[in-house]
Amino acid sequence: MAALEINNVCKDFGSEQVLKDVSLAIDSGEFLILVGPSGCGKSTLMNAIAGLEPVTTGEIRIAGENVTWQTPAERDIAMVFQSYALYPSMTVRQNISFGLEMRKVPKAEREAAVERVAELLQIAHLLERKPSQLSGGQRQRVAMGRALAREPKVYLFDEPLSNLDAKLRVDMRTEIKKLHQRLGTTIVYVTHDQIEAMTLADCIAVMRDGRILQLGSPDEVYNDPVDLFVAGFMGSPSMNFISATLMGGSGAYRLRVETPEEETLELPWPRERETPALAGKVGERVILGLRPEHFTEDDARLSEYDEGVALTPHITVVEPTGADILLQLKLGDGEATARVGPKCRVKAGERLTLRIDMGRAVMFDRETEKRLA
Amino acid sequence: MDNVIRRRTPGARLGRAMLYAVLLLAALFYLLPLAVMLITSVKPLAEITPGTLLSLPREPTLAPWAKAWGEACTGMRCEGIGVYFFNSIAIVVPAVLISTAIGALNGYALTKWRFKGSELLFALMLFGCFIPFQVVLLPMAQTLGWLGLSSSRAGLILVHVIFGIAFTTLFFRNFYVAVPTELVSAAKLDGAGFFRIFWRILLPVSAPIIVVSVIWQFTQIWNDFLFGVAFSAHNTQPVTVALNNLVNTSTGAREYNVDMAAAMIAALPTLIVYVLAGKYFVRGLTAGSVKG
Repeated sequence: MAALEINNVCKDFGSEQVLKDVSLAIDSGEFLILVGPSGCGKSTLMNAIAGLEPVTTGEIRIAGENVTWQTPAERDIAMVFQSYALYPSMTVRQNISFGLEMRKVPKAEREAAVERVAELLQIAHLLERKPSQLSGGQRQRVAMGRALAREPKVYLFDEPLSNLDAKLRVDMRTEIKKLHQRLGTTIVYVTHDQIEAMTLADCIAVMRDGRILQLGSPDEVYNDPVDLFVAGFMGSPSMNFISATLMGGSGAYRLRVETPEEETLELPWPRERETPALAGKVGERVILGLRPEHFTEDDARLSEYDEGVALTPHITVVEPTGADILLQLKLGDGEATARVGPKCRVKAGERLTLRIDMGRAVMFDRETEKRLA
Repeated sequence: MDNVIRRRTPGARLGRAMLYAVLLLAALFYLLPLAVMLITSVKPLAEITPGTLLSLPREPTLAPWAKAWGEACTGMRCEGIGVYFFNSIAIVVPAVLISTAIGALNGYALTKWRFKGSELLFALMLFGCFIPFQVVLLPMAQTLGWLGLSSSRAGLILVHVIFGIAFTTLFFRNFYVAVPTELVSAAKLDGAGFFRIFWRILLPVSAPIIVVSVIWQFTQIWNDFLFGVAFSAHNTQPVTVALNNLVNTSTGAREYNVDMAAAMIAALPTLIVYVLAGKYFVRGLTAGSVKG
């Protein structure tokens, strides 16, 4: 049985539709991430699940029970807020036990829950402090502790890490993942950070303009995006979109990429990635999607698709990140980003022979922005 | 020291000295009436009649204060203003508490449990701050009559509560609008209801604005004369009305020292409240949001 089920939910604010026919379901113990740019409706969907805002139409079920018109208190969920929302007048201990107190849990059990959570999150030494005496990371832990004390059916996390500094964010991310693996809780997690989404999720829902564009595992969303938006949103640096003309007819399809003042490039489209949709698009302009890591230095071996296609583009910018080097290179009518190893010695203005792994390339329709192949 | 770097030329220093001189003079001038009142209230009548208003008392006495409190004539009766002082307290304390409590609940509901038309309702309530007292005298008298509260202490309290709600709602609404709504959301998810959230989450952080509301309402209601004179009977008159009657009683020689002592007694509570809590009043009005 699905732990959480959302069926055809719509939400209007006045004349504006912020959720348009959203449906999804997750199993018990699954980690679902709602990701998308700001204003895509992910926080509204979260509030709808929490019961903080009523939906216009549609149905929400938690553990099989229809909760669409239940109050937040009746739904048996816990939420970690972006601002943590710790009760400022209460100590950490009172903050954590407040929910249990409201649910009339006996004092001894409340104490035990506080101890359990404090140990789990290593905040035992903070229990008598007020939220104003805590650092950002500590507040974050307390906010999680408050949610964990009550063992509800579903946990909601609303951008819980976005107020932390970069290093702490990575640490807490790992910690949340550990917690989830240990406790096996069902979590719905909202973020606009696609790296958080990739690292934490069992299942990612990419949202835009009130719709779920794609619902799938991190691997599916990253490697098989359904359209141009999902492809561009997931991954950092983001996917390169290159204008190309689809050639074909006799046997294999090819993509012709014309770069001003450069040799025209013909990229063979791998046989196993052909789709019926391609036949109708021969001779038309399409968009080729290549991730920065699909480029490799010439001497590296490519395992997946023969040797890859070689090209020797003009390098315009070299950006070392430490772990690897990002290159801006002239390709098609714009520039593309390639990720190469840290030992690459190329300088801006030079040329470098690279190979493209076409086995992982994707192709989009220019008009509809949908995936072609 | 103030935290500014200034020019240190002789001219600039002279200018500053003059600036302070003017300010000091203005402050003294402003304090003069209070000083005259105090001085006069501790002089025997014999020292006042020559007309030396500013001279210090040669034989200071508290007799005028005692007389004002216990035996001065207010109209037909001669029992001082002490009784009426306690009348005022009996009116002010419940009126302040009730109007502050209602204002707090209103502010809470208007910001954290928004409903259709809540903004309009708030705008309409704001009107209440601008309605002149005179306008409502007649309808209010009528209403109190219907309610059977004419000339009663309860009626006067009711009038002050009604008039106070507009201000207290404004104070609390503007304070609570800055309190993160996520606090309320979190409490809802934790299972708390409307009053529980107010009592456990909002009220404990409201001290600054409660101080503002109490001081404001206290001075407003304590200093009120018009409602007091219009809606009270002899035995429920507030001190302001009694003071007026005392000063205007036209039998015998005019006892300026007693008048002044009575005026001081009537003004003392608001004065004390400002001295003791004025700091918190300003702090409460300028208080920022509560960090969650």
